[in-house]
Amino acid sequence: MSGPQVGDPEAVPIAVDADVVRVRQAVRALAQTARLSLVDQTKFVTAASELARNTLVYGGGGEAVLTLVSDARRTGVRVRFSDDGPGIADLDLAMTDGYTSGNGLGLGLSGARRLVETFTIDTAPGAGTRIEITSWSR
Amino acid sequence: MAPEPVTPLSSLLQDRRERVAAAWIETAAAELRGRITRTELEREQTDVLDTLVAGLAAGGQVLTDPQFDGLRGLLGSVSTARARQGFSPRETAVSVLALKEGLYALLADRDAAVAPADLLTLLRLVDDLGLFTFETFATARESIIAEQAEQLLELSTPVVKLWEGVVAVPLVGTLDSARTQVVMEKLLQTLVDTGSEHAIIDITGVPAVDTQVAQHLLKTVVAARLMGAECTISGIRPQIAQTIVALGIEFGDIRTKATLADALVAALRTGKGRRAETSALTGA
Amino acid sequence: MESVPILKIGRTLLVSIQVDLQDHTALQLQEDLADRITSTGARGVLIDISGLEIVDSFIGRMLASIASISRVLDATTVVVGMRPAVAITMVELGLSLGGVRTALDVEKGLRLLDVEEDDAEHLLLDPDGTEAE
Repeated sequence: MSGPQVGDPEAVPIAVDADVVRVRQAVRALAQTARLSLVDQTKFVTAASELARNTLVYGGGGEAVLTLVSDARRTGVRVRFSDDGPGIADLDLAMTDGYTSGNGLGLGLSGARRLVETFTIDTAPGAGTRIEITSWSR
Repeated sequence: MAPEPVTPLSSLLQDRRERVAAAWIETAAAELRGRITRTELEREQTDVLDTLVAGLAAGGQVLTDPQFDGLRGLLGSVSTARARQGFSPRETAVSVLALKEGLYALLADRDAAVAPADLLTLLRLVDDLGLFTFETFATARESIIAEQAEQLLELSTPVVKLWEGVVAVPLVGTLDSARTQVVMEKLLQTLVDTGSEHAIIDITGVPAVDTQVAQHLLKTVVAARLMGAECTISGIRPQIAQTIVALGIEFGDIRTKATLADALVAALRTGKGRRAETSALTGA
Repeated sequence: MESVPILKIGRTLLVSIQVDLQDHTALQLQEDLADRITSTGARGVLIDISGLEIVDSFIGRMLASIASISRVLDATTVVVGMRPAVAITMVELGLSLGGVRTALDVEKGLRLLDVEEDDAEHLLLDPDGTEAE
């Protein structure tokens, strides 16, 4: 059987602008393989785009690791973003709606969280940031 | 306790293949009489036996071993196919469990010189195979049911074109989150497909609305606006209006009308030369 | 570097975004549009996003910025062709286009811009509304 198998992680480095698009495209392809509905795909890829950009802009670069996952009944997509940047000092604040540390209307992490099924974050000042998101087929 | 090497088992099975296969097919054919042709059954069983022997020869001992990946794959697709064809669970499992008949035949064979321990391992393996087949069957059945439920959902949410540029969804019955989402997506897609700038969601036939449903309706209206269309909600009963207010849901500048007819008239009046509403959202 | 082509139809500039935009390409588009509005005296900007499968916060900000910049340069912006899945996602995200006008497709978008223009002309030529339609 060709194509991504459950469990084979695919790593995409995030170092330049073009990588954000690369992450989007890789995530979209995997979400299609996992048979997410169109709306769920769109939501998931949008969240991935936000997080990839965060990794680049605030994390100083890092990587995204994509994995196809499955449980007894459905398949899903999992993406883990990690960077060795400054980390987030006040996580509660960062997760509040409408929060952004940059300029313009940032949506921050709370927005991305609403778009995916599971969202976990591990960060600390000076210890970088790791965010993992997962969404499943219906 | 150290497991006995089963490589001798694979050669044993291979040697006594005819005998095992014969007993196996007789039992299975008896159970599945008429449901599947003997030729097909034989072919299936040959495949399974081949794959089983190969797995044993490679050193596989329990079904979860990687040597049996191929076997699990094969049985998985067979039982999924059976589930889709409407076979009963018994009919699906029996063709695997009948393999035991073939193994019992080995016991009766004086020449075979099978170590009881070896035979036990093999019998356990067949039990696991039966269980696995059943599990796959059950999973396949569940996904068929889920598919049908989705189709039902699709069919029961008709979006109708009321007039040039106006589409409507008359919702009837209780709304749950899943159904409301389907409605939302279908309605928005219909706007694009028909090039309609007006959508009406009529909830006259809906007895009650909870927070989630109200939020979904709200999101539909906002999404429609973002796309360049306007969405009106009609048929809000007094009880529902009270619930919405009590729940503290902001209906803001969402257009509402008492009846579907009123909503249609309003949509047609707006018609040509429509002033686009701004697509601002509450919150950020 | 890829850049997004800008077409001129009468007094309207038409931009059709067909590909996944990199952030810097989006910023470039903003600049190019501002230049073209000024150099052509365009009164309308039509942005066709029917080719976009994703609109994230960056693209959303870009669209809102273009609208604001256009307004300052006395032009109206209309965004057309947003896909349903994109609209649903933006609502979930709480993403606002900041008052940008939208329409279902290019044709309706152009009509919207025409109406704006007609109104403006009417106001100028017939402020008391004494002339027949």
